[in-house]
Amino acid sequence: MSSTRTVTVASSQGLHARPAKLFVEAAQAAGAEVTIAKGEKSVNAASILGVLSLGVEKNDEVLLTAEGGNEEQALDSLETFLKTDHDEAS
Amino acid sequence: MPELSGIGIGRGIAAGPVARMSPPPPAPVDASSDLTAEEETQRVKKALDEVAADLDQRGHAAGGTAKDVLEAQAMMAQDPSLHDAVETRLQAGKTGEFAVHEAFAEFRTTLEQLGGYLGERAADLSDVAQRVIASLRGLPAPGVPDPGHPFILVADDLAPADTALLNLEQVQALITIEGGPTSHTAILAREKSITAIVGVADAAELSDGQQVIVDAGAGTVITEPTEAELSEAESRRAAHAAEKAAPITPGALADGTAVPLLANLGSAKSTDKAVDLGAEGVGLFRTEFLFLSADEAPSVEEQRESYQKVLEAFPGQKVVVRALDAGADKPLSFLNDQPEENPALGLRGLRALMANEQILKDQLTALAQAQENTEADLWVMAPMVSTVEEAEAFTVMAKEHGLQTAGVMVEVPSIALMADELMSRTDFASIGTNDLTQYTMAADRLLGSVAALQDPWHPAVLRLISQVGAAGIASSKPVGVCGEAAADPLLAVVLVGLGVNTLSMSPAALAEVRAELKLHTLEQAKSIAAAALKAATAVQAREFATGAAKKS
Repeated sequence: MSSTRTVTVASSQGLHARPAKLFVEAAQAAGAEVTIAKGEKSVNAASILGVLSLGVEKNDEVLLTAEGGNEEQALDSLETFLKTDHDEAS
Repeated sequence: MPELSGIGIGRGIAAGPVARMSPPPPAPVDASSDLTAEEETQRVKKALDEVAADLDQRGHAAGGTAKDVLEAQAMMAQDPSLHDAVETRLQAGKTGEFAVHEAFAEFRTTLEQLGGYLGERAADLSDVAQRVIASLRGLPAPGVPDPGHPFILVADDLAPADTALLNLEQVQALITIEGGPTSHTAILAREKSITAIVGVADAAELSDGQQVIVDAGAGTVITEPTEAELSEAESRRAAHAAEKAAPITPGALADGTAVPLLANLGSAKSTDKAVDLGAEGVGLFRTEFLFLSADEAPSVEEQRESYQKVLEAFPGQKVVVRALDAGADKPLSFLNDQPEENPALGLRGLRALMANEQILKDQLTALAQAQENTEADLWVMAPMVSTVEEAEAFTVMAKEHGLQTAGVMVEVPSIALMADELMSRTDFASIGTNDLTQYTMAADRLLGSVAALQDPWHPAVLRLISQVGAAGIASSKPVGVCGEAAADPLLAVVLVGLGVNTLSMSPAALAEVRAELKLHTLEQAKSIAAAALKAATAVQAREFATGAAKKS
């Protein structure tokens, strides 16, 4: 069993720099195995190198997939994260 | 007296023991391991953990933006995809060093191909790889040393990430093997008033703990100083410190000729420091900070507020504001989103503003409003002007918006060569020596491999400045300099001798330039400039000027 969710990324720098690091930290703490995909390419959301290599920009759609543990809760927290502009806050 | 030579930054002098920045370990070769895959896995895991813990700890100590960079690097060392890539190679019988080297290289290539910001992260990844390999070999971590006592740092060159971690309390002086007068190290040294010599090719011979004297004024490193030399260095250090603590007086030559000393500012935050250090106004206020973090241009109201803050700090004094200078190293998508082969030669500076006239008009409107509300003498200038038509168009537009004094930056050789025609169409010229040098020498100012060409002492650059100075005198219109050249005390005297009226620089450089100007009359400055103009090379120009200055 696994759950998926499609999210539009809000951070003005996409998932580069600081937001990428914060996202990976959130994914590591999410309590499920999460992958993030942009187009054809899918990577482990707990891997900063994987997440950076997706080159996610603002307004890109990404697909989150969670497996094991508390899937829905993990997706909820990561969806909220991606919908927030983390560059604005800093 | 063995000595090494390089390009001195400022005129400081310091003595102390050398501490070298550890060089990166040599790249591992593809050899089969004598250990089992299991043993290699344990070794690599331990090294990765140690490096991650060290980076986290350094991030914690550094704080600020450096903290995010270092913590992201720690995450890279702990990355599960990376661990998988290492493990695959260990299972194939490779050594830990080689497996780490190759796995990191694979991810680095991916990031480099993505370019832009991610390309820069590729350098962070290389740094992590080198730390892990050094750890596996039992070598010290590459990077900034921390010997626990005052030291003289010797490095190939310093990257921004290194300088963020530098304990400036302990660093007596900097010596770099590479780098030119506009390298990151040189700019840092000027900003923080650190004694520094860059481009000392033979500094590779210096070893940890060796006593040296760093004499930035002479551009020399004395490698085996005698007692007498050490005590002379100490008395000069004290005299230099006293000079910097000397009472702040308006910039002037020995004969009383006024040479107003102004500050280069990049945001409204640094105004207090500039005023404290005796800036008599602002010679270059860069407005990019308002635009760089935005997806669209800030409103007239937002801009007016920021400009007003700066103008309020300098009542009755001159503040020269440069219109938005985007493009090349600071692209803005809302000005120009077309990729360019040669951005330094592309749609940038005034060209980009003319292509987006509303942005320029809004900026001029905001400046005119800020002028209404404050007492400062506001001047406005256009960046990256190539032709007299551009200069005229900008000047007319600024006046239509109610700005009284409008001028242009001289950064492109074409406009320097046309200086006489330029002066009849605008109110003043301000020479940006960094770009003028870049365009005259056709050498990218950000590229280390051509850094030696980025030297404002080059006679080709001095001849162009001389034409602009002469045009200023003939038309009785002011000519200023607002590049790094103005912060080099002897070059500042040359500039004045070439007809420059005001000098604008990072506030930290004001004291040294103020002290040097006081040593020469206008006639002497002219002879020093004439001597430099006779040179065939940058090195010779420095020598000739130094020789002529001794006669003052």
